Amino acid sequence: MGSRLSTMLKDAALTAFVAAALGIFIVGFRTVDVGSRTGLSFDYQFADLAVAVVTIFVGRLGLSAAAAGLRWPVVALGVAMIAVGASPLKLPSGFLHWFVALGGVLLVIRGIWPWARGTAAAAAGTPAGLVLGRAGAKWFGWLLLAAAVLLPFTPAADQRTMDLAVLILTYVMLGWGLNIVVGLAGLLDLGYVAFYAVGAYAYALLSTQHGLGFWTVLPLAGMMAALFGIVLGFPVLRLRGDYLAIVTLGFGEIIRLVLLNWVDFTNGPAGIGSIPGPTLFGAVFAETPPPGKQSVSEMLGITFDGNHRLIFLYYIILLLALITNLFTQRMRRLPVGRAWEALREDETACRALGINPTNTKLTAFAIGAMFAGFAGSFFAAKQRFISPESFAFIESAIILAIVVLGGMGSQIGVVLAAVLLIGLPEWFRELGNYRMLAFGLAMVLIMVFRPRGLIADRQPSVRLHPAGSGGGP
Amino acid sequence: MAYFSQQLINAITLGAIYGLIAIGYTMVYGIIGMINFAHGEVFMIGAFISLIGFMICSLLGIGSAPVAILLVLLMAMAFSAVYGWMIERTAYRPLRGSFRLAPLISAIGVSIALQNYVQLVQGARPKPGGQIVSGGFNLFSADGFDVRVSWLQIIIVVVTVVLMAGFTWLIARTSLGRQQRACEQDMKMAALLGVNVDRTISLTFVLGAALAAVAGMLFLMYYGVIDFFIGFLAGIKAFTAAVLGGIGSLPGAMLGGLLIGLIEVFWAGYFSSEYKDVAVFAILVLVLIFRPTGLLGKPEIEKV
Repeated sequence: MGSRLSTMLKDAALTAFVAAALGIFIVGFRTVDVGSRTGLSFDYQFADLAVAVVTIFVGRLGLSAAAAGLRWPVVALGVAMIAVGASPLKLPSGFLHWFVALGGVLLVIRGIWPWARGTAAAAAGTPAGLVLGRAGAKWFGWLLLAAAVLLPFTPAADQRTMDLAVLILTYVMLGWGLNIVVGLAGLLDLGYVAFYAVGAYAYALLSTQHGLGFWTVLPLAGMMAALFGIVLGFPVLRLRGDYLAIVTLGFGEIIRLVLLNWVDFTNGPAGIGSIPGPTLFGAVFAETPPPGKQSVSEMLGITFDGNHRLIFLYYIILLLALITNLFTQRMRRLPVGRAWEALREDETACRALGINPTNTKLTAFAIGAMFAGFAGSFFAAKQRFISPESFAFIESAIILAIVVLGGMGSQIGVVLAAVLLIGLPEWFRELGNYRMLAFGLAMVLIMVFRPRGLIADRQPSVRLHPAGSGGGP
Repeated sequence: MAYFSQQLINAITLGAIYGLIAIGYTMVYGIIGMINFAHGEVFMIGAFISLIGFMICSLLGIGSAPVAILLVLLMAMAFSAVYGWMIERTAYRPLRGSFRLAPLISAIGVSIALQNYVQLVQGARPKPGGQIVSGGFNLFSADGFDVRVSWLQIIIVVVTVVLMAGFTWLIARTSLGRQQRACEQDMKMAALLGVNVDRTISLTFVLGAALAAVAGMLFLMYYGVIDFFIGFLAGIKAFTAAVLGGIGSLPGAMLGGLLIGLIEVFWAGYFSSEYKDVAVFAILVLVLIFRPTGLLGKPEIEKV
């Protein structure tokens, strides 16, 4: 026991030492501007660093202890850390309170993990659990859909909630669109936001310069984005996975830079403003409609409410997202959908069986791009202002994170991930600054601990020999 | 002619910096076959550590520029190397043997996390680095245009050449280099023959990170301003350099870096500086489509 403790202590000390080496300059010496033009001066933060290093030492010790099977001491340690984090004790910065508390939460989870997993597995193994699990998987999606349809009629639907719901659904739609490319066809696309941008600019330009309406442009924008997908995809889709990822990243950046620099066409960094919103059978959402137009409140004979526009937008994006989902579900049952999944699993075998990999990938790429185009024109109509800033690489990374976290290929996983990654940070505004940090760390942690995502659905839709029938190898 | 020579000098300087970063990409790709997307962030962290190092030097009253540069160089290399080691240990090693795109996604996560970590602890505003080395001399004058070489440019090129020579020697002659090449060819066989594969891979990341840190320091001295976002663009350009030269090949990375520097500077000098990044991205796309093995790379045979 003694030697094991000393090993743990040594391990924790080493981790703390590495953490100190990582942080000593970057964290310890904060450079701050002083008045003059070239001057920087130091704001020393060694107290912060010390607290962080001690936390890491304790945390590492706790993790080793958990690995050695000491459940309750670890949980107690975690609770103690949460108590320190939540206490009025004056730590050097507010962030450290969070840091210590989150470390504690982590330890508690790690401590009870084997027990929780065992219990959950046992519960799922009982006949009642099996029935419940199967029914849950079947009905969960429908329940979610019913909740989504009814949301605007609930008392919770104030402006903030609806804004957030529209945002989440936009990302759900983008996630479902990218899921076709990444989840089903297995092509890592790091420039997905480029097609989103094409859709958004298509609507913005066609509506402000040629006076076309939202419903006319929507299919056009989708087609245009799909065309871009074909043109960009055709030469590069024969590349290997990681090369393809980098090339799509390059395309994404090229499109953004062109939008930024082609001022005559796109108005450059200033963006395009006063984009008209979508209309309902020709009627606009405004208190005083422009001459020659009818407002929706007049048409329906109801009093004007600013929220109506938001609710209308909400149903549009819900509809678009559902179309994306339904389309994907149907495609999976078509030969081309099967071919996507087969390509994802083994390209060489597909080639041997006579599937043309480039064409098959191209359909996935173009269809994914088309849905991004739809979502893009919705985005432009909702925001009424777009600029190249909205289409940076980080957006592609966020959409990819949603797909990866949800479980590549899983439709319901994307919804959960979008709520988790977009909804939570927007709801807790205080976390704003740490949002992207948590984002990046989450991507790493998911890959390390749950590479198949929250809901793993990488099973091919069909098998020659159903699993467990003993027919296949 | 004078304008051309001036651009050429600037291009070589820039190319040297890209070449140093590109070596990190190429070595990692050579040994474990993954794109270390977070490498650009290590470069950025190297630049920040250098900035802090120069400020500490001036606080301690180290006035002599060569001493300060040498001290900061060693400091930045050592502490960025810890970052390289940590990234490999926590984000990539657990994923060996996972599906092929897993390390790349994890690398994107590391990249986002590091960027935001530096933004949080150091602030989002651009940091001016001050001038550490100034002055230079006129090479020649022609058409009423002075072609100038600054001391800084000479330092950058000399540091790069010395490091690359040392590095080539390290790979070609030392036992570490032999182990590394062995792992590159066949990891399992190397392990059977007693090579510590984990340690070799770790060292590859450490060395790559140290070189990226040098590039970060040179970048800080050359441009005088850094922020938390410089790693993204520099990383992609250096990756383009590695691909152009032939990924997995050390001389290729240096050549690629030089070419990318030339393309960028001449595009900006003769066409338009707004589209210089587009030119680099276009090169990346074109090389990958038409010559994915790069200029000096070996063709790769996909085994089933």
